Amino acid sequence: MADEIKKSDDVSRRQFFAKLGLGSLGIAAAGTAAFAYQYLEPNVLFEPSPVVNAGKPDRYPLGSVTIDVNSGIYIIHSDEGYFSLSAVCTHLGCMTTWKPELNIIACPCHGSKFEQSGKKIEGPAPKPLPWKRIWLNDDGDLLVDRSTDVPPLARDSFVRV
Amino acid sequence: MAKTIDQHFDNLRGSRVWRSIFRSGTGSSTLKRALAVQQNVFLHLFSTKVRTRMLSFSATWYLGTLTLGTFLILVATGIPLMFYYHPSAPQAYADTKDLQFVVSSGLFLRNLHRWSAHVMVFLVFAHMFKVFYRGAYRAPREFNWVIGVILLLVTLLLSYTGYLLPWDQLAYWAITVGSNIASAVPVMGGKIHFLLLGGNAVNANALLRFYVLHCMILPLAAMFFVAIHFWRIRKDGGLYSHGSEPATVRANAFGGGEVKVPTLSPQNPQGQGWGTHGDAKEGQ
Repeated sequence: MADEIKKSDDVSRRQFFAKLGLGSLGIAAAGTAAFAYQYLEPNVLFEPSPVVNAGKPDRYPLGSVTIDVNSGIYIIHSDEGYFSLSAVCTHLGCMTTWKPELNIIACPCHGSKFEQSGKKIEGPAPKPLPWKRIWLNDDGDLLVDRSTDVPPLARDSFVRV
Repeated sequence: MAKTIDQHFDNLRGSRVWRSIFRSGTGSSTLKRALAVQQNVFLHLFSTKVRTRMLSFSATWYLGTLTLGTFLILVATGIPLMFYYHPSAPQAYADTKDLQFVVSSGLFLRNLHRWSAHVMVFLVFAHMFKVFYRGAYRAPREFNWVIGVILLLVTLLLSYTGYLLPWDQLAYWAITVGSNIASAVPVMGGKIHFLLLGGNAVNANALLRFYVLHCMILPLAAMFFVAIHFWRIRKDGGLYSHGSEPATVRANAFGGGEVKVPTLSPQNPQGQGWGTHGDAKEGQ
């Protein structure tokens, strides 16, 4: 009786339950990982709005480059009109600054330099400073949407007053 | 007749309570002393016997032990700092300043924590270089090198997460730069950046996440891997210099002169003769 013939692909009762147990643990671990990932990703963020009110256009004289360090944008009044540039360096996220004596935008962290149009002159920054969407609201205030990039030097990327 | 202090200690060690805690018994015989190590939860990770020459300063410069020492200082100073520090954006900076200027001994604890952190990073690298140039990373101890690399990363992450907690300009921009480096990871870089900070920028969520990582998750990870690291030293044969190490290193470790130490080989698959219990003979 002890010599019952088994097929080669038979699993013993012990092996079956071991596999069942390990399989259940695997499924539970995968589910836990999925829940943990979802839990750690916030659904609601208490961050400032991407849309910034930059005030009346006459605050910015012709030829001026003005930084708002709190929102990380430049408002630049050029001959073609007003435009807005991100002040956050494209290298590692430091806040750049306008150097009026050199007519450049410079990053203090790793030495990237940009033209007034955002184009990179030198340094480790991989991309030019992006232009941001700018428009006038009904009250005549300049609004900038930091979450929307617009093509540099394009006609629609300027506001003319 | 007044008893001497030694007699009081002997009475204490003979008492039932003492003997129920330290069951190895008293006595200075080799067996008793070995049992005292082997039956103690804190000491049992270590060999019951160690050759004095492997405890000499020249063998290791004590860099691993000193690293553990700085880690213990960091735990001992970090926990009291947590009593005054709120990991919230409006309070973190003020609490740090309070610790420096208002709380009794706060300046001492904070500076000790900060200096120990710097020293620990230095010692971890020094320890790594010593192990590298001594050739102690070679077989059969290569897995402990892997554990060491994990501990190096945990140390650097502890240092990095602790950097944000003072919530000053230096902290803010250092973590901005550091987290942007994380977003350079291919494909999932942006996701890692978002999960690490709990948002798109260094903000209140990031401060809380770094606090939990710094005070809970990373120290527990460090303790876990430190335990494995120490246990492996014993299982790999202690700090003895192995045959796999460069001959010059071995010559120096043994105070000049070549000493053959058994190694793993087809003829000796169990690595017999390493003498974790002091049973190896020199010049075997």
